[in-house]
Amino acid sequence: MTGSAVAARDFSFWYGKNQALHGVNITVPPRSIMALIGPSGCGKSTFLRSINRMNDTIPGARHEGSVLLGGKDVYAPGMDVVRLRHRVGMVFQRWNPFPKSIYDNVAYGPRINLRLRGRELDDVVERSLRRAALWDEVKDRLSETALGLSGGQQQRLCIARALANQPDVLLLDEPASALDPGATQKIEQLLFELKSELAIVIVTHNLQQAGRVSDYTAFFYLGHLVECDATGTLFTNPREARTEAYITGRFG
Amino acid sequence: MTGAATGDRLYQLAVTGFALVIPGLLALIAIAIGVAAWPAFSTAGLSFITSSEWNVQAGKFGAAPAIYGTLVSSFIALALATPLAVGVAIFLSEIAPKWLRQPVAFLVDLLAAIPSVVYGLWGIFFLVPMLRDHVVPFLRDTLHLGGTPLFSGPAYGPSMLAAGVILAIMALPYISAVTREVLLAVPRSQRDAALALGATKWEMIRDAVVPYARSGIIGGVILGLGRALGETMAVTMVIGNRPEISASLLAPGYTMASLIANEFTEATSDLHLSALMAVGAVLFVVTLIVNGIARWLVWRVASGPRA
Ligand SMILES: Nc1ncnc2c1ncn2[C@@H]1O[C@H](COP(=O)(O)OP(=O)(O)O)[C@@H](O)[C@H]1O
Ligand SMILES: [Mg+2]
Repeated sequence: MTGSAVAARDFSFWYGKNQALHGVNITVPPRSIMALIGPSGCGKSTFLRSINRMNDTIPGARHEGSVLLGGKDVYAPGMDVVRLRHRVGMVFQRWNPFPKSIYDNVAYGPRINLRLRGRELDDVVERSLRRAALWDEVKDRLSETALGLSGGQQQRLCIARALANQPDVLLLDEPASALDPGATQKIEQLLFELKSELAIVIVTHNLQQAGRVSDYTAFFYLGHLVECDATGTLFTNPREARTEAYITGRFG
Repeated sequence: MTGAATGDRLYQLAVTGFALVIPGLLALIAIAIGVAAWPAFSTAGLSFITSSEWNVQAGKFGAAPAIYGTLVSSFIALALATPLAVGVAIFLSEIAPKWLRQPVAFLVDLLAAIPSVVYGLWGIFFLVPMLRDHVVPFLRDTLHLGGTPLFSGPAYGPSMLAAGVILAIMALPYISAVTREVLLAVPRSQRDAALALGATKWEMIRDAVVPYARSGIIGGVILGLGRALGETMAVTMVIGNRPEISASLLAPGYTMASLIANEFTEATSDLHLSALMAVGAVLFVVTLIVNGIARWLVWRVASGPRA
């Protein structure tokens, strides 16, 4: 494979005594979409949040092994976590815009990280909203509160807000699980278009969704990465019996 | 009708009755004060709130200095207490290590339990001399603020500033307790949003946590304001009780609550009593107006951001 955007090497993770991840090895190539699937509680979110170190603040959390971003260990001693999170966008299951205007939401990252102002900032906001396929719907009301948007729009706003930082990697944790099919389809379409520019890791409960949007799929089970392969292969011709059982709906 | 349904109806009647008692009581108090204050209001007219002359023998009742003093001392109190209280709350809810939170929070809450007369004593024996001997020289000589009207003139001791400082300390635990609660109630998702965008912990607090809690914090400030406006004992002991309006915060002043407390025992004439009732009525109305404004502010802030 030609390098990796994100990779994990023998990565294990504990919440106190409870081990949530067991020696995960995975490689996400640049400009591709990796879907993480598996029954709930199997460590998908934990893995995702290990990439941008959002687990750091949890008391008693501990890891072994490494997570590589562009070849560099994000847990290396000299790593600047703020810089790391600036380079890795994250979108959460429950959309969480700030109770500020649409503009201020998208502008937040560039303001604090790059101290952008004025015209330059306007450009970044517009470009990010366009990339999140939201510009046409909100361009006339940028100064209105983000909380007035529909759920699907708020989630795309959160994607735009993450994109405004120009990240190399975008992490999404079940971004559409609380949305109706129409809004879900918009987000899937959008991810498909974004993949030409960055690497995407998406956790999803929805196997059809994984099949539709992703290039690669990783199946997690009880904290183990059971199998990771090109999406077509994994769904039609899984190597592991547990993978097959899961994708055919026999458990989970 | 079943027994349960009868019980329900009785319960409903009872709670409705209780709920009506409160506004009823409020109305009764307002009417009683209004009736008692009427003679003074009709004698003094508008000069009751515009004039500074308070002369019982001459039958002149101008309460302007007391109204002014109540507003200014409360304002000083909020100006000092709000940043401090919000700072304390942020420290306690976001920054302090877990083991330190409970003890410090308890100490701050304890400030609210100290009787007001004890604050007054502390004010007389500690705060007033300290302001006179250390703070005022510092303001004038080091910060060169002596030239501004706010800090000009003689500084004997008891002053509007002393009252404001005491009120600030008394209001602080209320503002801080409410602020702490609302900060803790800010959802995890808002903090995550800021952190995931590359915010430092400090930026997260400043940009996500505090703005989200804004209307609740203002609610806490209102609570502190209510405390400051009506506080009587401690203020009376340190403000100097002089019915004059002075631009200088170092000059003595008066408040409505102190005026009533000082003169009530010696008020013999009906008109004098009525005048004190009228001061009470004004205090009542001022409190209502200030609370109304503050509530309106909260509502405006809570109803979402403007560009
Ligand atoms: N903050 C936390 N503290 C303690 N345990 C946690 C925490 N978050 C998740 N876990 C545990 O880690 C395991 C994996 O959880 P998670 O990564 O959220 O799974 P998934 O996203 O696949 O549903 C679960 O057993 C869960 O209970
Ligand atoms: Mg999850």
